[in-house]
Amino acid sequence: MDPEQADKALDSGVPLPLIEPGHTYATVTDKISAIVLTRPTPKFWYIGFGLSFIFVLILLYAAAYLFTVGVGIWGINIPVAWGFAIVNFVWWIGIGHAGTLISAILLLMRQKWRQSINRFSEAMTLFAVACAGLFPLLHLGRPWFFYWLFPYPSTMGIQPQFRSPLVWDVFAVSTYFTVSLIFWYVGLIPDLATLRDRARKRFPRFAYGILAMGWRGSAIHWHRYEMAYLLLAGLATPLVVSVHTVVSFDFAVALVPGWHSTIFPPYFVAGAIYSGFAMVLTLAIPLRKVYSLEDFITLRHLRNMGEVMLATGLIVAYGYVMETFMAWYSGNLYEQYMMMNRMFGPYAYMYWVLILFNLLVPQALWIRGVRTNVPALFAIAICVNIGMWLERYVIVVVSLSRDFMPSAWGMYSGTIWDYAVLAGSIGLFLALMFLFIRILPMISIFEMRELVHEATVKSE
Amino acid sequence: MAEFTNPEALLAGARRAYAEGFRRMDAFTPFPVEGLAEAIGFHKTGIPLIVLIGGIIGCVGGFYLQYWISVIDYPINVGGRPLNSWPSFIPVTFELTVLIAALFALFGLLALNRLPMPYHPVFNLERFELASRNRFFLCIEATDPKFDDEATRRFLESVKSQGVYQVEH
Repeated sequence: MDPEQADKALDSGVPLPLIEPGHTYATVTDKISAIVLTRPTPKFWYIGFGLSFIFVLILLYAAAYLFTVGVGIWGINIPVAWGFAIVNFVWWIGIGHAGTLISAILLLMRQKWRQSINRFSEAMTLFAVACAGLFPLLHLGRPWFFYWLFPYPSTMGIQPQFRSPLVWDVFAVSTYFTVSLIFWYVGLIPDLATLRDRARKRFPRFAYGILAMGWRGSAIHWHRYEMAYLLLAGLATPLVVSVHTVVSFDFAVALVPGWHSTIFPPYFVAGAIYSGFAMVLTLAIPLRKVYSLEDFITLRHLRNMGEVMLATGLIVAYGYVMETFMAWYSGNLYEQYMMMNRMFGPYAYMYWVLILFNLLVPQALWIRGVRTNVPALFAIAICVNIGMWLERYVIVVVSLSRDFMPSAWGMYSGTIWDYAVLAGSIGLFLALMFLFIRILPMISIFEMRELVHEATVKSE
Repeated sequence: MAEFTNPEALLAGARRAYAEGFRRMDAFTPFPVEGLAEAIGFHKTGIPLIVLIGGIIGCVGGFYLQYWISVIDYPINVGGRPLNSWPSFIPVTFELTVLIAALFALFGLLALNRLPMPYHPVFNLERFELASRNRFFLCIEATDPKFDDEATRRFLESVKSQGVYQVEH
């Protein structure tokens, strides 16, 4: 369906289709599994994977240099001891949140439109959390001692401090990664069985066969499967909220003006979902074009994601407004100065770009024509991605650079190594995404069959 | 084993088979079909109880881990505040509850479904690979007390199936 038809359909109050008409169980199965098994790999894939792999090499180089020389190669120093690493960590974790929201929360709310985008947004979650996890480790200074964060019977006779949000973070992020992995893998099992049955060559047949673990679609298995999947969704839902809440505690529990704020948990969670949906759109729009999946990832999906972005963007905007208001209303000199410094200090340009990208540009989503205009959605999503990175930069760096005593103020800027690690992590993320779309079904095949079934039942 | 082209026919067939008195049977479908497991006489999944047990273990174990470390094994007096400062133990307790419950859900699902299972007789049937594409199968096992080679074949043919096959095992 093209945008003009979509516009007409919306005018007459008809909901846009979740799957274009004319598909059967066989066509959805064949079309999605062909991307992995039979269709020649498009040139786009080789170029994209090649480019992102170059950035992976840059990441490896930067990390190797970091391990030999130490964190002094980064721009961090006193007073700004948390620089790019923490900004990137929060940014990546936030991006991951949309995947869990789409797969778990929308499942509990019975939103059928999640079914063609859940698989790759879960993969996105997994890879984003993997990228996020890199940063605290690289930032440790002595990353080979990272396991000191876990409680284990050590010969040193010491234990972690469980009253510290930084230790909570370790548990939150590692639980989040594990649960996302379980959720993703459980969702993949039936599709791996489909690939096993479709594969004609020996090795893919064997590899998918091992991963599918002998799944045969038994009614009894499906019954348990659906129950387990539902419960996992129920577990993942509070988990996703808790993860970014704990991340926000890293800041909110500290006393630094600009960090010490009770609005942080909800505002961080909304920001996470906001940036995550922007990333899902950034990935989905090129993918549906290159692999001609417009039948499965329809305008309705894009429009719905635009609406979620608008809604969460407004919550984030409320967070900005409240931060500013509370700074003034508190009557606290330091809080007031923090806000003035953000708006008119040396980093003011970042604040205003952030306001432009996160607050003003997404207001275009109020217009229906923008929500069904694919290039416009893509542009807005890119803006939000950048805006959310700047938001974390403003929170982390600008707050630290000027706190209580002017004699302790200092400026911060990232060095070439900071940028190399950021670019490298984006390369790692994209390289993993490219590998994923090459070897695993990027759309959940069995859930598409369910959609076909529902569509036929409805039309009868 | 009988083959069907749509879930409604399979569901009707499964209900009739159950009414006929067959008990040891299974159905194979490319996506979950509502009511099918109930139709062949399977009701309780057992999964919720497993997940609940996992959650309780994670919750109690997680809290006790922190209590034991902070109060018994490695107490640190910070400005005379209580050693058992339980509110700050809640986030980790919560995370571990979710973690252990999710692990129990995964391994409980696999264990109850007897997966991984590298070999199963149904895969001997060439057409069975369509069970992951667009075909629906109903299988009555030879171990069923009512099973009779001829009579069962005739019964399966009578339920509007697309074809009836014998599965080697």
